[in-house]
Amino acid sequence: MSGDHQTLALLLFSAFVAATLVITSRVSRGRQGSPEEFYAGGRLFSPMENGFAIAGDYMSAASFLGISGLIALFGYDGMLYSVGFLVAWLVVLFFVAELVRNCGRFTLADVIASRMRERPVRIAAGTSSVIVSVFYLVAQMVGAGSLVALLLGGTSQSARSWAVVGVGALMVVYVSFGGMRATTWIQIVKAVLLMAGALTLTVLVLVRFHGDVNALLSTAAERSGHGREFLAPGLKYGGNWTARLDFISLGLALVLGTAGLPHILSRFYTVPTARAARRSVVWAIGLIGGFYLMTIVLGFGAAAVVGTAEVRTSGAAGNTAVPLLALDLGGGAGTTGGTILFAVVAAVAFATILAVVAGITLASSASVAHDLYSALRRPRSRQRSEVAVARIAAAGMGVVAIGLGLLARDLNVAFLVGLAFAVAASANLPVLFYSLFWRNFTTRGAVWSVYGGLVPAVLLVVFSPVVSGGAESLFPGSDFQLFPLQNPGLVSIPLGFLAGWIGTLLSSERPDAAKHAETEVRALTGAGAV
Amino acid sequence: MEKQAGRHAAAVRLDDPWCDALGSGWSEPLDSGLGWGAIPAEVPVPGWGAHRALDAPPGEEEWPGLDPRAPGGCEALTPTSGHAHPQHGDRLSTADIYLEVQRSDAFQRVRRRYRGFVVPVGLAFLLWYFGYVIAAIAAPTLMARPVVGAVNVAMLAGLAQFLTTFLLTWAYARHARLHRDPEALELRWLVFDWDRARRIAPGEHGEPGEPGSAGRGSGR
Repeated sequence: MSGDHQTLALLLFSAFVAATLVITSRVSRGRQGSPEEFYAGGRLFSPMENGFAIAGDYMSAASFLGISGLIALFGYDGMLYSVGFLVAWLVVLFFVAELVRNCGRFTLADVIASRMRERPVRIAAGTSSVIVSVFYLVAQMVGAGSLVALLLGGTSQSARSWAVVGVGALMVVYVSFGGMRATTWIQIVKAVLLMAGALTLTVLVLVRFHGDVNALLSTAAERSGHGREFLAPGLKYGGNWTARLDFISLGLALVLGTAGLPHILSRFYTVPTARAARRSVVWAIGLIGGFYLMTIVLGFGAAAVVGTAEVRTSGAAGNTAVPLLALDLGGGAGTTGGTILFAVVAAVAFATILAVVAGITLASSASVAHDLYSALRRPRSRQRSEVAVARIAAAGMGVVAIGLGLLARDLNVAFLVGLAFAVAASANLPVLFYSLFWRNFTTRGAVWSVYGGLVPAVLLVVFSPVVSGGAESLFPGSDFQLFPLQNPGLVSIPLGFLAGWIGTLLSSERPDAAKHAETEVRALTGAGAV
Repeated sequence: MEKQAGRHAAAVRLDDPWCDALGSGWSEPLDSGLGWGAIPAEVPVPGWGAHRALDAPPGEEEWPGLDPRAPGGCEALTPTSGHAHPQHGDRLSTADIYLEVQRSDAFQRVRRRYRGFVVPVGLAFLLWYFGYVIAAIAAPTLMARPVVGAVNVAMLAGLAQFLTTFLLTWAYARHARLHRDPEALELRWLVFDWDRARRIAPGEHGEPGEPGSAGRGSGR
C-alpha cells in the first residue's frame, strides 16, 4: 500500500466530512428545536428525496463491503444476503410503510401506543428499538474500523480504534446539531455517491470481461479454488444440518427484519402523507434493487479479479474485497488509476458508514427521548424539552457504539447486520403486525410480544458460537456456547409471535373495539394523521 | 387540485346537505361524504376545498352556519351492521366517529381491496422466497445444475427473485393508486369534517380549538 492512495483517500474523505458538516450547519440554521423538526425533518421531503434517503439509510457498509466480501469468499451463499435484503422491502411496502405513516408520529412505539396503555408499551418498544439500533451500530463501526485499517496499511490497531472513535464523534455532531433534516440530506448525498461508486466499479468489472457474464463467472469459479461449487449454494451453509438451519434462520431474519428496523420506520415520517411514503418506498426499492444487483457483480468480480485467497489474506471476514477490487481495476497498486479508484471507493464506503450511523443514532435517540424518557420520567420532575434529551441520548449512543465497535472488530459486517435484523424481526415486527391487524390484541399481548421476541433473540446470540466457543468468536478464549445456530431468527421470531398471542389470550383486559377501529381507520385512510 | 374542483362541484349540487345521502348512500363516497360530513350549503366551499387540498391543519376560523345537530343527524347513514348508530341530535365522540366509519361500506371496501391484494400476494412472495431459500439447502444438486455456460439454476432463481420484487412493487403501487387512494382520501376528509363538527359544536368540552385533537391521541 503506497502512501499516495492513503493521502488521496483521506483528502476525499475529509471533503465529504466537510460537505456534510456544511449541510448540517446550513439546514439546521434558524430551525426551532421542535420534535417535529428534530425527529421528522418537518415532514416535507418529497417521495424521491425520501426514497434516496431510505436507500441511503439501508445500503450500509454491510452491503457494500460485507455482501461483496461474502460473495468473494463463499460465492453463491453470499448472494442470499442480496436477495433477502431486497425481498424484505416487499414486506415493508405491503404491510408497514403506509400504515405506520398514518398511525404514528415519530417512532414505532407511537403506532402501538395509540391502541394500548401507553406507558408499558412505550417502555417495551423503546427498549427493543434501542437494542436493535445498538446491534446495527456495532456492525457499522466494525466496518469503519476494518476500512481504515486497510487504508492505513496492515493491522494498525490504533488507527482502527481512532477511526471508530472519529466516526462515533462525527455521528453525534450530525445528529445532535442537524436532527432529521441534516441526516436526511447526508443520506441523499451518500446514496448518490454510493450508487455512482458501485456503478463505476460494476461497469469496469464488466468491461474487464468484455461484457461476458459467463466469462466473469467462470473466472470467479476458477480463481476461487472451489471450481463450479463456487457458483452453487452450499459453500458456507452447505455442510451439516446446523449450517443449513442457520441459512434458513438468516433468510427469515433478513426478510422480516427490515420492517422492524427503527431507523427505517422513522424515515416514513419525513414525508407528508402515506401515499408519499408508498412512493418513497417504490423509489427505494428501485435504487436498492439496482444496488444489490451490482454487489453481486462486484462480489464475483472480486473473486475473479483479485482472487479469493488474496481477499481472505487481506481480511479474514472479506470486508476488504471491494477496495482491493477497485485497486486492481484501476490498474493495480502503484498506478495512478488504481490509486484514485481505491481512494474513491474507500471514501464512498466511509461516507456510507457515517451516513448510516447517523440515521441509526437519530432513530435510537428518538426512542430514548420520545418513548423511554417520556414514559419513565417522574411526573413531578423538572420538565426538560424532549429534543434536548434526544440530543443527549445521541451522545450516549455514540459512546456505546464506539465501545462495542472497538470490541467486535473481527466479525463480518454483513453477518453482524444479520444479527440486528434477527433481533428487529423478533422484537419489533410481531408487535407491529398484531397492532395493525389483530382486533383483539391487548396491552399485555403487546408487552409480551416485544419481550418475548427480544429476550430470546439477545440470549440466543449471547449463547451462540458468535460470542464464544469458536475460533472466530468474540471471546475465543471462553466457551459458554449453548445454542448451535449463529443467527437466532429461526427460534426467536416465532417466539415473538407466540408470546404476543399468549399474552393476549391471558390478559384480563378486554380489547378496546373503539381503539381498534381508530387504528384501522387511521391506518388505511390517513384520517387524523400528523 | 382536481380534488378541490370535485368537492366544489359536488357541494354545489347539494340541495339539502343534511339528508342528501339518503339517495346515494355509501356507494358514492363523494356525495354521501359531503352530506354526511355536515357541510351546510352556505359554507364557502372553494375556500374549504383549498384548505383541504393543501393538507393543512384545520384552521381556527369560525365556521358560519354550522348546525351542531349535523353529525349523525342523517338517517341515511345507517351503517351496514345497523349496530349502535349514534343517537339523533346527539354529538359523536371520537370513538363513535371511528367506529361508525369502520362500519361504513366505503371503509369496508377500502379494507377489502387492501387485504384482497396484500394477503394473497404477500403469501405468494413469501412462499416463493422461502421456497428459494429451502431449495438452496435441501436441493443443492438441482440448484447447481448448469443452464447456460456457467449460469446455473441457482443464479437464475436469484435473479428471478429480483425480477419478481420489482414486478410486485409496481403491481402494488398501481393497485393502491387505482383502487384505494380515492376512496381512502374521501374517508379521511369525512373523519376530519365530522371531528371538526364535533369540536365546534356548542357545549362540547373536548379540547375546543385544538386542531386534529381527535386523531392525534397516539403520539402523546
